Amino acid sequence: MGNDPGRGVHDMGGLPAGSVERAEHAHAPWEKRVDALMVLLGSPERRVITVDQLRRGIEQLGTEAYEAMSYYERWMASITNTLLAEGVISSDELGRRMAEVEKRGEEGAG
Amino acid sequence: MASHVHDQAHDHRPPPDEDGPLSYYETMEIAVREILIEKGVFGADDVRAAIEAMDARSPAKGAEVVARAWTDPAFKDALLVDGSAACASIGIELGPLRLIAVENTATVHNVIVCTLCSCYPRNLLGLPPDWYKAKAYRSRVVREPRAVLREFGTEVPDDVTVRVHDSTADMRYIVVPRQPAGTEGWEPERLAALVTRDCMIGVTVPKTP
Amino acid sequence: MAARFAVGDRVAVRRAFPLGHVRTPYYARGAVGDVERICGDFGNPEELAFGRRDRPRQTLYRVRFAQTALWPDYAGPAGDTIDIELYEHWLEPATE
Repeated sequence: MGNDPGRGVHDMGGLPAGSVERAEHAHAPWEKRVDALMVLLGSPERRVITVDQLRRGIEQLGTEAYEAMSYYERWMASITNTLLAEGVISSDELGRRMAEVEKRGEEGAG
Repeated sequence: MASHVHDQAHDHRPPPDEDGPLSYYETMEIAVREILIEKGVFGADDVRAAIEAMDARSPAKGAEVVARAWTDPAFKDALLVDGSAACASIGIELGPLRLIAVENTATVHNVIVCTLCSCYPRNLLGLPPDWYKAKAYRSRVVREPRAVLREFGTEVPDDVTVRVHDSTADMRYIVVPRQPAGTEGWEPERLAALVTRDCMIGVTVPKTP
Repeated sequence: MAARFAVGDRVAVRRAFPLGHVRTPYYARGAVGDVERICGDFGNPEELAFGRRDRPRQTLYRVRFAQTALWPDYAGPAGDTIDIELYEHWLEPATE
């Protein structure tokens, strides 16, 4: 039932599942920043990416990644893939900047 | 990537420790944000303002709307016709959010879900709870709503219709619960304190004080 | 933009399983329900998902389904319902 190729991983209405786990966590600052990123990129005055592009990117992560990643990890992956597809950023600048951020983090932690 | 692969229950896993090393996606968030600021897509102040706006929204705003509906019949009528316009009329601007208010009565109990993702009236109530975004609720509440409501401690009698609303597109929903018996004549502020987030999603009902 | 269906019309959700980004839940495809209200015209998410903002808008409806029409084994009372938002191109007049 869950393996129907015509059914997306996100399209889960009616599938069997366990009981509702009601524990909640407070949003971490980085999660709020991911949310804010999407709010800004989708705003009427910027219109860089649409909410449906965000959703499509999440739906296309694949079943394994969709289930393994946290909510805002899925958002971040989708936002980034969409920005790459639209040519707003490039893999080259992203890779270089991420390496730089990591290096800063190591220095800051030391 | 191996460190990101978990078995289950990822939606509830605690956020990474802010003092520890950055995760892959935390690093990506910082990098993407910096690049976009440098390109002039938005400014650092815009990010701060968006987070402040997010933090300013909470279920208290929705509770204010519900308490007003309980004490002002004309407002309730307007709210049920056009939720966004009614909110604007009392100074609560929802931006582009198209709000539909659905009323619990003696014969109908409403409950809200988004089976496809996590659509939620965030401009009114703030960000949705973890369980609202997780598989168990999204999968089951459309097919066995009464069993799910029971898990929240809400028993709906068989002579009351359960009406599920799946937020699949452009509308967002708030449940106007029934006013608890014994609270007639209360001030709106006092009533609002009875209205929780979960009452406005429809998984619980306000408790009689 | 003229809406093809009116409130109270009996409609059937098309049975279709395309790729792309669609907002018609799998569980509703092929089901028959009644138009509860017309929500207005909105951008088509199937086009917006690819960044195309200039495509024709679609009328959006809320359609009410009996739970028993969606799940033959539904355990609750026969009167229980689900309302789902559906875009016009996913709907056809019900023949039943």
